[in-house]
Amino acid sequence: MRRVGIIGGSYTKFGERFDVSMQELAWEAFKDAINEANVEPAQIEYSVVSNMGGWSSESLPAVIVSEALGINPRGSVRVEAACASGSSAVKLAHDVVASGQAEVVLAIGIEKMRESPSRTVVEYIGRAGNFMWEFENFGLTFPGYYALYATAYMSKFGAKEEDLCEVAVKNHYYASFNEKAQYRNKISVEKCMSSPYVAWPLKLYDCSPITDGASAVILASEDFIKSHGQEAVWISGTGYATGTANLSKRDDFTGLDAARKAAQQAYAKAGIDPERPASQLDLAEVHDCFTIAEIMAYEDLGFAKKGEGVKLIKEKQTYKGGVIPVNLDGGLKAKGHPIGATGESMIVELYHQLLGKVKGERQAEIRNGKALAHNVGGTGHYAYVTILSLDRVNVHE
Amino acid sequence: MSDETEKLKEAAEEAKKKLGSPLITDQKTSSSLWFDQRELNVRYMISVERIKKFYDGLLEGKVFATRCTKCGEVYFPPQSYCSSCRSDSMEWLELASTGELITYTVINVKPQSFSHYPDYAVGIAKMPQGVNVLAWIDGDIKSLKAGMKVKLEVKKREPEDYLTYWIKPE
Repeated sequence: MRRVGIIGGSYTKFGERFDVSMQELAWEAFKDAINEANVEPAQIEYSVVSNMGGWSSESLPAVIVSEALGINPRGSVRVEAACASGSSAVKLAHDVVASGQAEVVLAIGIEKMRESPSRTVVEYIGRAGNFMWEFENFGLTFPGYYALYATAYMSKFGAKEEDLCEVAVKNHYYASFNEKAQYRNKISVEKCMSSPYVAWPLKLYDCSPITDGASAVILASEDFIKSHGQEAVWISGTGYATGTANLSKRDDFTGLDAARKAAQQAYAKAGIDPERPASQLDLAEVHDCFTIAEIMAYEDLGFAKKGEGVKLIKEKQTYKGGVIPVNLDGGLKAKGHPIGATGESMIVELYHQLLGKVKGERQAEIRNGKALAHNVGGTGHYAYVTILSLDRVNVHE
Repeated sequence: MSDETEKLKEAAEEAKKKLGSPLITDQKTSSSLWFDQRELNVRYMISVERIKKFYDGLLEGKVFATRCTKCGEVYFPPQSYCSSCRSDSMEWLELASTGELITYTVINVKPQSFSHYPDYAVGIAKMPQGVNVLAWIDGDIKSLKAGMKVKLEVKKREPEDYLTYWIKPE
């Protein structure tokens, strides 16, 4: 397999994007990505389009996007891995390049969730598990699924609702510096605690919002990158796993088994010590669709021991300057969560972070030249962990 | 149709009279939106042919799982084949005894198609047959606790008037 690098990436302003159509939104992400990569649309040999859909009008998003970007007649496909669709698109784009089938490939995520009323969106996401046995009769919602984990985690490890809110406080803090974030207001634990319950024990401020957005990543082969003369960030390891469709078929509700397996694979491929990954990574993007999800991610990724994820956030160890900065873009919680576009946006963020292009309050200190994206689909139904690395080290101290 | 959509539809009707097209304006962003003139109603027909005995069981007040007669693997939801040893020889097994509530939540913000119910508690019970069951909890929400003893109970879901199963604290 050939080495594959990222040469450009962009995500749009996230939020309620009533000002643009799906095509215009895709173009917004693509235009900046391709400009950064310094390639022409005609050089894109294949595209992978991640989209969940249902709530939006277009049934064939991949052909909508290909036409909108002017990249016909190049091959394309739409992929779905729920909220991890974006990482699955990057993985497939990577594989097309790594296997020698193309030199330059586009992974683009797009989601127009606000084309439907919010109750319809709540319904669609609630169906994203096992429809017949968990939705049809019992009306689970996405917050409801994670609330089952929150209840189990809190009762086993004695965590409090206030502790979960600390995650929201951090992610809103960093989103306040991110002009592309959906929510740019800083919040307090009190504000989070006083928000209404959505699925007890999760409250409104424990939850990521309904978001429109698009994100694009341009991947290329090592040969292409060398002759192109542009600095790349390399994909040095991807891990992936699935969890049961029925939550009832799982044994443990204090962590996501699929995420643990994906992390172990990614660490092995990227040469990261699974016993102390935080010391080898400069920062991480983790899947904080709900505050409890970020805390479980700390443990599933090995940043904290089982039951000690809460301690990590309470001690502010996932802020800049801590053990490992997490979600310096505001995370799904405050940057927003356009389901199919979230994964690519994590990769774009890390690409810019590693190259020192983020600047300001959000720029992490880059010492090791390595970063991790943890992207979970559904409630641990899918998990993708992607590790990015620079060839050089100690560049942005 | 929800109240939210009903209001938008009215606005689109007004717009058609004034502007000739069903254009509505988003209040927050002042953006113009086309209000879809083609409504899609979706209702699925899902095959239960091979697990029909599960529904016969509900009529007798029983909740059935399936068990592989070759390797003994137990399945809930009931499965008509064994993905563990590839056998098709399955038997029905009643989940009658006492289990344990392992986790639960209360759904406050509901899907559109569940918006007519009061807030409902959903739990997962671990049954001694080696399977878990996810269902609504029939009991006082405030007295729920992870680890409490529970049984399964079959009764009608109203107002739809069909049989389903509940988790009931003992």
